[in-house]
Amino acid sequence: MTAANIDAAVLTGGAMADSSQTSATSLLNDPRVRGYAYQALLVAALIGLVWSASHNAYVNMEARGIPMGFGFWDQTAGFDINQKLIPYSALSTYGQAFWVGLLNTALVGALGIALATPLGFAIGVARLSPNWILAKVAMVYVEIMRNTPLLLQLLFWYNAVLKALPNPRQSISLYDLALLNNRGLYVPRPVFGGGAGWIGLALVLGAAGALAYRLWARRRQELTGKQAPVAAIAALLCLGLPALAYFAAGRPIDFDLAHLAGYNLSGGVQIFPELAALVFGLVTYTSGFIAEIVRAGVLAVSSGQSEAASALGLHRGLTMRFVVIPQAMRLITPPLTSQYLNIVKNSSLAVFIGYPDLVQIFAGTVLNQTQAAVQVMAITMGVYLAISLAVAFALNIYNARQALKER
Amino acid sequence: MIDAPAPIPLAYLRTAPEPTLPAPIFSRGALAWMRENLFSSWSSSAMTLILLALCLWLIPPVVAWATINAIWLAPDGALCRAHQDGACWAFVAQKMDYFRYGSYPQSERWRVDLTEIVGAVLIVLLLWPRARRRDIGAGLFFVGFPVLAFFLLRGSDWLGLPVVDTVLWGGIFVSLLTALVGIVFSLPLGVLLALGRRSSLPVVKLASIIYIEFVRGVPFITVLFMANFMLPLFLPENWTPDRLLRPLIGTVLFAAAYMAEEVRGGLQSINKGQFEGAMALGLNFWRMMGLVILPQALTLVIPGIVNNFIGLFKDTTLVSVVGLLDFLATVENASKDTVWIGPTIAPTGYAFAALFYFVFCFAMSRYQAFMERRLAAGRRR
Repeated sequence: MTAANIDAAVLTGGAMADSSQTSATSLLNDPRVRGYAYQALLVAALIGLVWSASHNAYVNMEARGIPMGFGFWDQTAGFDINQKLIPYSALSTYGQAFWVGLLNTALVGALGIALATPLGFAIGVARLSPNWILAKVAMVYVEIMRNTPLLLQLLFWYNAVLKALPNPRQSISLYDLALLNNRGLYVPRPVFGGGAGWIGLALVLGAAGALAYRLWARRRQELTGKQAPVAAIAALLCLGLPALAYFAAGRPIDFDLAHLAGYNLSGGVQIFPELAALVFGLVTYTSGFIAEIVRAGVLAVSSGQSEAASALGLHRGLTMRFVVIPQAMRLITPPLTSQYLNIVKNSSLAVFIGYPDLVQIFAGTVLNQTQAAVQVMAITMGVYLAISLAVAFALNIYNARQALKER
Repeated sequence: MIDAPAPIPLAYLRTAPEPTLPAPIFSRGALAWMRENLFSSWSSSAMTLILLALCLWLIPPVVAWATINAIWLAPDGALCRAHQDGACWAFVAQKMDYFRYGSYPQSERWRVDLTEIVGAVLIVLLLWPRARRRDIGAGLFFVGFPVLAFFLLRGSDWLGLPVVDTVLWGGIFVSLLTALVGIVFSLPLGVLLALGRRSSLPVVKLASIIYIEFVRGVPFITVLFMANFMLPLFLPENWTPDRLLRPLIGTVLFAAAYMAEEVRGGLQSINKGQFEGAMALGLNFWRMMGLVILPQALTLVIPGIVNNFIGLFKDTTLVSVVGLLDFLATVENASKDTVWIGPTIAPTGYAFAALFYFVFCFAMSRYQAFMERRLAAGRRR
């Protein structure tokens, strides 16, 4: 008797007690025994698959002279990257190139999420507006965005809109503050002088004060029902204090404006058209999906809720804000999170327009230069997988907290 | 005694009611509708006027660009370069064959047409809810059609059809092929994975969950890269899959994970009594699934499958990253043709591509909505 059979006999208890009498056919028909057999087969097949694949990979990589380990990580990359959030040059290593790419992916993801969310919510609510023309315009927007490929939208923004802008010598100037041409948008770069730290401190103090005031106002409203102008005071604190500090410290911030030098522009901060096209494309595409999620969530809230809110005298905007949307969020959050993950995953389409994200730099240039396909792909996929799993984990916690609490 | 009062002589006595007045002008007809739906409040009126202005500012130039200012007939790009305020449809017209077939040899293109027609007929049979013997239709579509398409498109010497190298394949038919291969092969794989994920055997369940979550956690592009660069490494040295086959394998593996989640949703919504009833009849696992559970579960998830197909169809544009020439890639290539090159070529190409994808995806999403309503009608009590 094999270990699995003994196990099965123990588990089935009395029925198999006199196992000496058990014939081979009844063992074969025992669902537990069969279950173990199937699983053992699957494990054997998977091990065989993995083993033969890694064996083949080993033989093939050896034959083609492909490096096996992760030694390439510390080798000099030898290529430059135009957009970098951390110091990087052609003399940096492949490992540093990885971090540049990862940060660029994070930048696009953050910008995309920050812009697509409000746009998607606005359009989703607009689709339900009693204003006929507003609802129809929102519907047309959603249908166009959802029914054309993201790549087409990216290429449209990049090739047909941004690359069609005039060349640097004929830049479109916005009051000389910002310059727009086919190499990107140039905005002033702040140059911090001595004493600029005071402004930062004032900003932090202002924000902390605004938070404290909001807390106090909310507590007072709960106790007495009196409302306070939280938004106005918070804006005053967050903008007024830094402005005061700016003048008190003797205007320590200068702005470096972009200007024409030869055939190109120098100075300022250059926002690359690749970044802009990627963000535009991701935002327009994803906001269509977010709008549908919001619409479905809002429609799922029982109409009695908004009727009751009207009966209390709340107008449509307040009803949405305080009654319907908070309840709809329970339904909106899970698909909204998966849209956020889609933004991060879809940012890999950067490779088509040459924006230096993780896939373009690492799974593109680094893979081509080092030929270490297995290691590079494992790292790249591992990064996306880690992000997805982390978000899924956070979402599970959120769902557990948001679940309807019933007695 | 008090006399009864004498009747007061009336000068006028109304015998018939006054005709009803029409409702106020603002509460009937078009004006009422406008007041209700366009000008119900100050903010609503402002929004209406802003949007009307926006539409008037945006729509006429776009329509003029696409119609009256457009160049419809031209032998090369000179005329289009001279008229930059309109689309260059002549470019699309001349490149249409390239958009449809890529570089597939001229004399063999009837094979592509034939495959497309057969596929279209089978899809209509499969999706038309009142078609009879849909089991036969499904069998033809999922088994017969792939075999037919393989021999027709690739060719085979003993059928007398010359073999066409996949390097020459391109255009709309490669886009359709990728999406159809993705659906046809990912559906059975997805069903297996969904059954695995719902299995009571822990090893099977774990393996399915790991596969599904892994694939859903990474971008399609990385799966394509993996299929393209790593698959040849994982296979024996002398066995390199075709350059078209590698991305197709990647597409199927990718789509299967998403399909599995759709099917799982369908399996979960089947009443427990259906499983118990099937088991009480003495059916084993595969007969229970094949005869009782899956027919119900798959019908329920038709909208989800169509939705997946829309996503997959849009995602086929990404296969050009590993060198396949799909429809969008042919548009990109064609717009770099030096005979045509000009500022209006790229926007025209994109407009045409957008129209193509929109018509396809919108039609499918309408079908999906129709099926959703139809299925919901059966479940409503």
